[in-house]
Amino acid sequence: MNAAARLFRRWYGARPWHLLAQVAAFGLAGYAVGAVADAGQWRGFALWFTVAIVGHDLVLFPLYSLADLALSRLLPGSSWPAALRSRPPLINYIRVPAAFSLLLLLVWFPLILGLSAGPYHRASGLAAAPYLRRWLAVVGVMFAVSAACYALRWRRMSPRPRRRVRAGPRRARVRWRSRLPRPPRQARRSRRTACAGNPPPPGRC
Amino acid sequence: MVRRSLIRDRSAAITWRSPLRGQWLTSVLGLVLLAGLTVMAVTGLLSYAAYDPRLPGNDRTTGGGLLKFYLFSWPTHPLWLYRLTEGIHVTLGLALLPVLLVKLWSVLPRLFARPAVRSAAHAVERLSLVMIVGGALFEFATGILDIQNFYVFPFSFYTGHLYGAWVFIAGFVIHVALKFPRMLAGLRSRSLRQELHTPLGQTRPEAPDPAGLRAPAPAAPTISRRGLLAATGGASLTLAALAVGQSVGGWARRTALFAPRGLSAAEHGTWPVNRTAASIGLADEDVGGAYRLVLIGRRTVTLTRDQVLALPQRAATLPIACVEGWSFAARWTGVPLADLARLAGVGQPGGALVESIQREGSFRAAALSAAQVNDPRSLLALRVGGADLSRDHGYPARTIIPAAPGVHNTKWVNRITFTERA
Repeated sequence: MNAAARLFRRWYGARPWHLLAQVAAFGLAGYAVGAVADAGQWRGFALWFTVAIVGHDLVLFPLYSLADLALSRLLPGSSWPAALRSRPPLINYIRVPAAFSLLLLLVWFPLILGLSAGPYHRASGLAAAPYLRRWLAVVGVMFAVSAACYALRWRRMSPRPRRRVRAGPRRARVRWRSRLPRPPRQARRSRRTACAGNPPPPGRC
Repeated sequence: MVRRSLIRDRSAAITWRSPLRGQWLTSVLGLVLLAGLTVMAVTGLLSYAAYDPRLPGNDRTTGGGLLKFYLFSWPTHPLWLYRLTEGIHVTLGLALLPVLLVKLWSVLPRLFARPAVRSAAHAVERLSLVMIVGGALFEFATGILDIQNFYVFPFSFYTGHLYGAWVFIAGFVIHVALKFPRMLAGLRSRSLRQELHTPLGQTRPEAPDPAGLRAPAPAAPTISRRGLLAATGGASLTLAALAVGQSVGGWARRTALFAPRGLSAAEHGTWPVNRTAASIGLADEDVGGAYRLVLIGRRTVTLTRDQVLALPQRAATLPIACVEGWSFAARWTGVPLADLARLAGVGQPGGALVESIQREGSFRAAALSAAQVNDPRSLLALRVGGADLSRDHGYPARTIIPAAPGVHNTKWVNRITFTERA
């Protein structure tokens, strides 16, 4: 018995229940496809299954990966070491609103582009025209909010690098400043760290 | 110099360098999908049951008898039942799309892993992914296109979406059975709380895992792990928030910017509809003085609209909930179906077939169960919100059945055939 099980495992590559479960799953799926075939619709069904997989794995995925790669290469300074950067990295402030916008388009493109305007009007009595306007408005709002967040963050982190750059050549001034009362400096530091919840690494927050 | 860096970058893209991929991330997304897609499957199958497909003419799909084992007579209580299950089905479906896409992103390098096949078991397992990945993408695509009336698929939506769901369920069950222990191990490999406190500067790649989800040579991160999770969750919430108003109704309908019966329907100022009178070619003579309602039972009774209005009226606040996810509740006034059955000489109705003036097209007729006909809130409605029905809402008369799918509330009713309880 043990020898048989071992032999099976060597031949198949897993325990017998693995094969049994797979057969059951394929049996269930096959039965469902058989029902579609009974309805005379299996060709379109199989075609759409294939298009769904190929469309995602070999079209959508490479496209968004390349777009993201291109974005990260096009942005100035994104390949500089973080410590040398005088600005917070811009990439996620473009990535996130762009991804949200494209996702909304991916879901609602039949209405946004008016592709289903006819059947939609017959069903609902409504026009598809406003959807493009709404999408553009939402895209605008998301990029505007993102830009505002970026500006806020830039302002928060800008004091430190500027001071550091000046620190070397103007030692006298720094010494003079170090004799100033501490509160303003502490306030500045706590403001800087507030956005991460943790002490930020140099140049980032 | 520039050229060399470009070449290096290109090879970097091909060898999967994202430092965020790893078993913990995939497991977290997998857990969300395990819960979410289970709810999707249950609410989807409930939606099929809600059509009472065992009654003649109600099933929009053919064959597959063994997959219809769980059916029960759809209840009329609570009256918001279908509104809830279908609202969840459509809104949750939209919310899960970003999670599905990020989950697929996290495992996609494995599609191109070498060697492509290590053993017979590995080959079978890879083939079985067609069921879950293909099934999930197929179901999301057909569902999302259908709610926008974008009928580009070369099969009936009902047939495709139902049997596509069963292919998906087959793949889902086997995938969960095989991967569940690995998901638990992945979840235990890092602390969620810790991740939520880790900013970009301290984000490190996960440890290598047996499944090979982590990149062999991860690049420096450009977004933290919590940032990716927040973006995914935020995208889910955005999609759901800009659509859920069409299911909630009231003032919330105005927040549903993209939902097919959201802001647009609210701005239109009328209750949303799923088929306009114009689209079925309803003519003035169909609904004018020549209109007759024919009740068939032990005897046949023919009534004008005024005669129906003269019968004892009853009001009920009932929702219409469409399979497309949108819904609204309104106060309907009309004659209970059980009263009409008695008028036709059927004292103990066991069911009814409600037919429309609409001559062709799907859902021109609906078979109702005994529970539906006998519920005192099941009405042949003549008025809504204190006014006569509009033509788009089924003037001269329509049925309204508690907890039934929207299309079983037949519009422009001109014939009802009652059967005696056996």
